Amino acid sequence: MSCCGSSANYDEIDEVSRFVAGRLAAFLATLRDNGFAVGLHEGQDAASLMTAGYAARPNLLRSAFKHLFSARRSDWDKFDGLFDAFWLGKRVRSRSTTMGSAKAANNPSLKSLPNNPGDRRAGGDSAMDQIPSADEAPEDRAGEGRMEGASRADNIAEIDFRKMAEPGQIEEAHAAAARLAKAMRTRLTRRDLARRRGYRLDLRRTIHGNISHGGVPIDLVKRQRKEKPLRLVMLLDASGSMSMYTGVFLRFIHGVLDEFRQAEAFLFHTRLAHVSDAMKEKDAARALDRLSIMAQGAGGGTKIGESLQTFNRWHAARVIHSRTCVMIVSDGYETGDAALLGREMAALGKRCRRIVWLNPMMAWEGYAPEAAGIKAALPHVDLYAPANTLKSLTALEPYLAKL
Amino acid sequence: MKNRDEIAQALAANGYIADGELATAVSLMALLKRPLLLEGEAGVGKTEVAKALAKVHATELIRLQCYEGLDQSAALYEWNYQRQLLAIQAHRGQQADAIEDQIFSEKYLLERPLLAALRRDKPPVLLIDEIDRADDEFEAFLLELLSDFQVSIPELGTIQAVTIPMVVLTSNGTRELSDALRRRCLYHYVDYPDIDREARIIMARIDGASASLSLQIARMVESIRKEELRKVPGVAETLDWAAALVGIDVRDLHDAPEAVHETLMCLLKTHEDKSRVTREVTERLLGKVA
Repeated sequence: MSCCGSSANYDEIDEVSRFVAGRLAAFLATLRDNGFAVGLHEGQDAASLMTAGYAARPNLLRSAFKHLFSARRSDWDKFDGLFDAFWLGKRVRSRSTTMGSAKAANNPSLKSLPNNPGDRRAGGDSAMDQIPSADEAPEDRAGEGRMEGASRADNIAEIDFRKMAEPGQIEEAHAAAARLAKAMRTRLTRRDLARRRGYRLDLRRTIHGNISHGGVPIDLVKRQRKEKPLRLVMLLDASGSMSMYTGVFLRFIHGVLDEFRQAEAFLFHTRLAHVSDAMKEKDAARALDRLSIMAQGAGGGTKIGESLQTFNRWHAARVIHSRTCVMIVSDGYETGDAALLGREMAALGKRCRRIVWLNPMMAWEGYAPEAAGIKAALPHVDLYAPANTLKSLTALEPYLAKL
Repeated sequence: MKNRDEIAQALAANGYIADGELATAVSLMALLKRPLLLEGEAGVGKTEVAKALAKVHATELIRLQCYEGLDQSAALYEWNYQRQLLAIQAHRGQQADAIEDQIFSEKYLLERPLLAALRRDKPPVLLIDEIDRADDEFEAFLLELLSDFQVSIPELGTIQAVTIPMVVLTSNGTRELSDALRRRCLYHYVDYPDIDREARIIMARIDGASASLSLQIARMVESIRKEELRKVPGVAETLDWAAALVGIDVRDLHDAPEAVHETLMCLLKTHEDKSRVTREVTERLLGKVA
């Protein structure tokens, strides 16, 4: 039926559509690289949109794709930039591929100080919580379990993270941090389950609910104690002054997010980034790579106060409930307004159950919380602890378990 | 109804002033047959979208309000136990099978919103409000329903959708929704409207609000939103305030600074915010409203 003229035409169309399909596939890959959850189905729909005449009008297409591919606010906000960069060739900040962990150990700007993890400086305020010390509680031998992750590697348990120079050692520390996070989770959850099992019959509701069966109790209503599991929200300082520690803490956070049912993680330096989704990537190395996109602009000071303000304003209502422990990992060197930091800490303290401030520098000899930032923040902190070795991280677990 | 400008106009005719992007989203809903997930702060008019959509299509709006503990019997269907019990009494002595067939029939089935939405002849708008309040389990169940548009009732068999409803989901973001649900939906983030659009919304909704007053109100609200508040006022609050001002016969905000300050209670809903916006602040903000 068909004549040869039109068949040539079809070939041409085929050529074009193949080109378009190729570009579309590349665009989808770009989106996935930037953390969008885009599946085959979305791809098909996108293709059908392009054939439905949307392709001729870039603005319409952008808007349509935006609805189709975005799944959350963060996607929504960055979509236009990505679209313009890909289809219209506009310049957009390129992703950097720095991994925090690699350069951790050989930072020459910091002299190596003798490390003394046993010397815990209880930072000023006596109203603060104390980490239950293993030495004081000999009956806590059961606590061996929590050391499980680290004990096999106890030779590195007490080495300051920044002194781990060999790649092998760093790798080992990372693995231990991940195992530790895992071990912490098991214990907390087990406790939670045991409570849930203790349900009993709710007589009043059972009778009421079975009126329709003529009072024969067919559908039983049970009572369950409603427990909100502890939620952990972590805010990690990713600024230059913390660079020696970020690697291992990221690994720790990755472990916690993977294992805790309710945990959220944020990175901050001069601004705040919500990184839970990126960190939920199964493969830790890939998760860190995805993070590097978000951590753009690292360096150039730390604005803890402003970051906390962003957190309080946009995220706190969603991620914090009454059984939430906020864990801030930072050295407290604030380059912004220290008074603002104090105010925001106070606001945060009203919302959550506990604020734990982990300061890796705390165990350094001669360190005192003198920086304006940490001075302003400390009055609002419930637990101020060092976190420069695996041992000090492990010591946190019983504290969290008690909350 | 393909063109997004047409859609925007139709929505406007029904009292909803949409921006271009939302109109696109609505046109995509029809084209791709996907549900629309609306996210945004409280009071920016997410629910109103569904209401206006129902009016545009002159169809029924079926609303399912989600809450913690919402289950299938409240959302999908339930048997009318009282009537079943009566029927059993009335047919005493008959074969058990016959009674069973009778009491587990359509006649004794109570439709809840989700089932109702599947069984309308004309595709209704199904509004699943505040999905973030429902539990994870319900979300998973919903996901299944939204992909197949059929439900199985053990005693009755599978019920296939007569028509595919237009589904609008809203979320305030109190809980993170699952990726699976997000992926299935078109996503639209409803932001606070800009000054121009907010003024048009006020004029469309409040009888007696003049163009100049509406613009003044919109500007004032915009600058109040920029203040550091615990609870930022949404469009619903703006409308309340506009109605209050029109009600006490304010024609121009500058004429009645006292009344403006006193009616701010329509916008500021916490004690902290109220004490933060003092008389001086009100005057400063009024000064910015040209």
